[in-house]
Amino acid sequence: MSLYVDIEKQIGSFHLKVKLEAGDETVALLGGSGCGKSMTLRCIAGIDRPDRGRIVVDDTILFDSEKKIDLTPQKRRTGLLFQNYALFPQMTVRRNLMAGARREASREKREEQVAHYLREFGLEDLEGRLPSQLSGGQQQRVALARILVSAPNILLLDEPFSALDAHLRFQMEQEVRERIRAFGKTVVLVSHDRDEVFRLADKIAVMNEGTVDVFGTRREVFHDPRTVTGARLTGCKNISRLAVDPSDRRRAAAKDWGLPLSFSAPVPEDVTHVGIRMHDIYAADGPVQTQYFPGSGPKAAPERPSAPFTKDGFDSKAAEAVSPASAPETRERKQGPAPAPAARVLCRVISELEDPFSITVMLRPEGAPETSIPIGWTLSKSLWAQLRKPQIDMVFPEPAMLLLREKN
Amino acid sequence: MDWFPLYNSLRIALISTFIIFFVGIFAAYYIARLPRGVKAALDVILTLPLVLPPTVVGFLLLRLLGPTTPIGAWFLEHFQLKLVMTWWSAVFATVVVIFPLMYRTARGAFESFDRTLAYSGQSLGLSNTYIFWRIRMPYCRQGILAGTVLAFARALGEYGATSMIAGYTPGRTATISTTVYQLWRINDDALAFQWVLVNMAISFVVLLAVNMLERREARR
Repeated sequence: MSLYVDIEKQIGSFHLKVKLEAGDETVALLGGSGCGKSMTLRCIAGIDRPDRGRIVVDDTILFDSEKKIDLTPQKRRTGLLFQNYALFPQMTVRRNLMAGARREASREKREEQVAHYLREFGLEDLEGRLPSQLSGGQQQRVALARILVSAPNILLLDEPFSALDAHLRFQMEQEVRERIRAFGKTVVLVSHDRDEVFRLADKIAVMNEGTVDVFGTRREVFHDPRTVTGARLTGCKNISRLAVDPSDRRRAAAKDWGLPLSFSAPVPEDVTHVGIRMHDIYAADGPVQTQYFPGSGPKAAPERPSAPFTKDGFDSKAAEAVSPASAPETRERKQGPAPAPAARVLCRVISELEDPFSITVMLRPEGAPETSIPIGWTLSKSLWAQLRKPQIDMVFPEPAMLLLREKN
Repeated sequence: MDWFPLYNSLRIALISTFIIFFVGIFAAYYIARLPRGVKAALDVILTLPLVLPPTVVGFLLLRLLGPTTPIGAWFLEHFQLKLVMTWWSAVFATVVVIFPLMYRTARGAFESFDRTLAYSGQSLGLSNTYIFWRIRMPYCRQGILAGTVLAFARALGEYGATSMIAGYTPGRTATISTTVYQLWRINDDALAFQWVLVNMAISFVVLLAVNMLERREARR
């Protein structure tokens, strides 16, 4: 079971150019609004037609512009879950599921399947209700059951939780995760929520202006988002333009922060920005408390390293040659447990922003101009109570520095 | 009292409404998918009968279907069929006059249709015919029903074009509206008044039916 997508589509001035490949796993398309992630999904489902390219699910060619293959949405067997669930409003829950089962010719079997899914999804008591008489979570459950009843070969989920209230969202996410696991085939999830994506997806494709910026396992992408958009979408809030010393490319400065930086290896030519997550910096006199910093944080199950994949195609060797940062595991081993920081600098506390369970301290390096952008540092409230001072000696660990490009 | 005009009016209105129900809906469905420029042009042409005086429509139809025109002559020659001055000539007139009502309301209803319903139906493997009749039509039911009833009511009251193309022949082409006019012309006010009451009763029943349908809709 697999998915292969390589398509192009021009709409006005917007150019969609997407290349993706996935096995029996969940791939997330992560991107802001208008980046083309939903359109990619619609192209796979056959609602939109690409200008060029190829879409293959398992061994079935759904679309191939060269071979002039363009299956109707009906023949594609793609289970598309819409943001608004698209339940048929005049039909009861039961009839909605019966409609989903119509590919099955025998009425008896249809009844049987529908009964099975009604039971499976705990919808038996609701089977006589109209969609308007259901809660948001129930509607989503019906929509998912209706899709599974139609026996799809691939699941396409378009912002599945965006229409739900925050408290329901988490609950439904757990439920959907179980369904995905039971489904066992390729799932494509479109989302703009990095937490949701991190919890649900095996692989992540960061999309920006119609193209895939970064594609890799979720850990790779969060470790090294590679582009400014990737860093932003994976939740990095501290991002600055980077100026590199041309005579020694190991010396650089974060221009927007007014922070000099030194690296153990030359900064690659294409790097224009630097980023660091708000959890990944720490006070010199406090504990090392980072989240994505290799070697610390929650121990992850070992993940099969997959080749970095960019919009240009698979090329692990080339990708590594361009950027040593693309293999965080390697970097970790080379650096050892106590790496030299990219910067250690005395910072002034500009302001404190209190969140429900943590605090974000806005810092400005001493000597940086007043117009420079403050750097955010998130830590627990109890730790801040211990460390709180007008000036803090801050450490910017090198492995946590994200080297970023405008475009991959 | 001779009830022929009531019978004639009802059959003309029913037949025209039946025809226009399908023609109007399919025109609305297919025209909505055309490119914008073509759509705008067709919209104007198809809505024209709504704003033209019915006598103009009648005049144009006479020019198109009269016995001396190519079409009229052809029918007369091959089928010995006169297209004007028969009871069913009135159907031509009524169909043209009520078409815009059905077309406009159906289009409005279709435009409010949530397209993701059609897309998800296709993805689930449902045929386009199934989606049209079982999902799109029920969704747009209210607008289409309103259009149908409006078209029927208008068909029942059609006078201008009907009187020109079907004339007034008692017992053959007389409708309620042409009868009222003729009775008034010959000063038979009492009988004219009876027909006025009949007409009002029918209109009342139609509007009552619309109201009841709407209330049932609201309760769902």
